[in-house]
Amino acid sequence: MEFETVIGLEVHAQLSTDTKIFCGCSTEFGKPANTNTCPLCLGLPGVLPVLNRKAVDYAVKMALATNCRINRTNIFARKNYFYPDLPKGYQISQFDLPIAEHGWVEIEVEGEVKRIGLTRIHLEEDAGKLIHDEREPLSYVDLNRTGTPLIEIVSEPDLRSGEEAAAYLKKLHAIVRYLDICDGNMQEGSFRCDANISLRPKGREEFGTRTELKNMNSFRNVQRAIEYEVRRQRDLLLDGGKVIQQTLLWDPDAGRTSPMRSKEEAHDYRYFPDPDLIPVEISEEWIEKAEKEQPELPDQRKKRFMEELELPAYDAVILTGDRELADYFEAGLGHYRDAKKLSNWIMTELIRELRDREMEITSCPVTPVNLARLLGLIEAGTISGKIAKTVFQEMLASGKDPDIVVKEKNLVQISDEGEILKLVREIVAANPEQVKQFKEGKSKVMGFFVGQLMKETKGKANPKMANQLFIEELNK
Amino acid sequence: MKITIDQVKYVAGLARLELKPEEAEEMAGQLDRILSYVDKLNELDTSAVEPTTHAISITNAFRADERRESLARDKALANSPRQNGEAFVVPKII
Repeated sequence: MEFETVIGLEVHAQLSTDTKIFCGCSTEFGKPANTNTCPLCLGLPGVLPVLNRKAVDYAVKMALATNCRINRTNIFARKNYFYPDLPKGYQISQFDLPIAEHGWVEIEVEGEVKRIGLTRIHLEEDAGKLIHDEREPLSYVDLNRTGTPLIEIVSEPDLRSGEEAAAYLKKLHAIVRYLDICDGNMQEGSFRCDANISLRPKGREEFGTRTELKNMNSFRNVQRAIEYEVRRQRDLLLDGGKVIQQTLLWDPDAGRTSPMRSKEEAHDYRYFPDPDLIPVEISEEWIEKAEKEQPELPDQRKKRFMEELELPAYDAVILTGDRELADYFEAGLGHYRDAKKLSNWIMTELIRELRDREMEITSCPVTPVNLARLLGLIEAGTISGKIAKTVFQEMLASGKDPDIVVKEKNLVQISDEGEILKLVREIVAANPEQVKQFKEGKSKVMGFFVGQLMKETKGKANPKMANQLFIEELNK
Repeated sequence: MKITIDQVKYVAGLARLELKPEEAEEMAGQLDRILSYVDKLNELDTSAVEPTTHAISITNAFRADERRESLARDKALANSPRQNGEAFVVPKII
C-alpha cells in the first residue's frame, strides 16, 4: 500500500525584546539562575501583567511577512496546567482571536515552488527551565526564561515530507532573521519546533492517527527525525499495527524517537480570557506603519538577486536563505562587480571553510571587501585562481589583506612571456618521451607539461599563457 | 441535579484538590446552585448584544520595552518550601 505523509509544524520563536512580555525583567540568555525574575514572572499573588508593546509590534511584522490576516481585536487567554516550570499554574497565551490567521509562505523543494498555509500566529509567554538531578529524584527550577515573549506559528497540515518540513522551517527562520524579531538560535532554544506527523493511504481524505515529535534542535534533525518517524509509522501500518497518538522525543545520537512518559490524564487546558489583560486593538494606522517599516524579505531579495544580478535560482536561494550571508555577498559586491564569480567563491570556498571551522559568517576573518579584492587580483592576472585559494587560506588564518599576503608570500603570478617560454623550452627538451606521445595525439599529456611548469614556478605561472606556449612549442 | 459527582472529582483532579466523599457531595450541590443561577441569566434575550470578555471597555494598555530591576535572587527564592540558594528544588518530574 502507498501512503501519503501529512505533517504540520508548530514553531516557537522567542521575540528579541529587551524585556519580558508582561514585566520589565531582562530576557538575556545565560544569566545565573533566577536572577531575572520579579514578583510578576514568579507568579506571586497580587501582581498585574502589562503587555510589552514591542512584542505586539514584532508579531504584527511576522503576520505581515507571512501574508496573514491580522485580527483587529485580539485577546489573551489562560491555558491552565500544572508543571514546575510554570509558577502561576497557567500560561498566558491566545486562544480565540489570536493576533493573526490564514497566512502562507512559499517553499522550494527540488525546483518546485509550493505554498504552505499558516493556520495562525499567536503571542504567548515562555515557561521556565528545569534541570534534572543526575542522582537524586530532584529537579531544579530556573525561572529566568519565564515570561519571555514567544510567537507560536502553526502551519496547516500541508507538508508532505521531512525535506518540505525542513524547507518550511528554514523559510520561517530566514523571515524572523530578516525582520530581526528573533535571534534564531536553535541551540539555545530561541527558535524551536514540534512536528505532528501522520500517514494515510494515498487518495484518502481523512487523516491517520498522528504523533507529536519534540526535541529537534537543528534543521537537519527536524528532517532526520521526521523521516525516521515516517518510516516507523509506515512499517507499523504495513504490519497491520496501529499508530498510537503520543508525544515522541527525538534522540539525535541514537537516530530514533522514543515515547515521552505520558501524563495520566488527558490535557484539559480550560482556556478562558485572562481578566487581567484587556483586549488589544490593532488599528489600520498601526498596520500601515508596520508595512512601511517592513524590510526586504528573503523572497524579494532572492527575486532581486535573480533579476538584477542575474544569479541562477540555486545561488539566489542559498545566499538569501541566511540574511547575514546575503549581507556579506552584497557588501563584497560593492567592490567586485561580477556577481556570479563572487557567488561561486562564497558558496564553495567560503561556506566550506566556515563549516569546517564551525564559524559564523559574521565572525569570518575574511571581510567581504577583502574577498572582493582577492577576486580582483585574479581578474587583473596578478594571481591565478589556484594561487588565490592559497591566499584565501592565509587570509582566513591571519585576517590580512590579499595584497599583503600576495606580497609577503611572493605569490605574484608570472606573466612574463619570455620567462615562461624559457622554462617551457627546457621542459620540452627534457621530456622527449612525452613529446612523442603528444605528437601521436595523446593530448592528455598536456597536463603533465603544465604540471612540470607549475612545479618549477611553485604554481605561479600564468596557466593560460603556459598552455598557449606549450601548444606552440609542441606543434613546432 | 446537573452536576455529577464524577464531574466534581474530575474538576478537583485538574485543580489538584483532594476531596472527601462528603465534600464532593457538598461541592456538587453548590456548583449546581451556581449553574442554576447562570441558567436564570440565560433566560434573558442577549441575541442583540455583542459578547465581551471584560467588564470595562478600554483596550490597549501597553508598557514600553524598558528594563526594570529584577529581584535579588535570595528574595526571589525566599518563599519557596525548598531551594538551594540558586534554584527552586522540586520532586523530579520528566
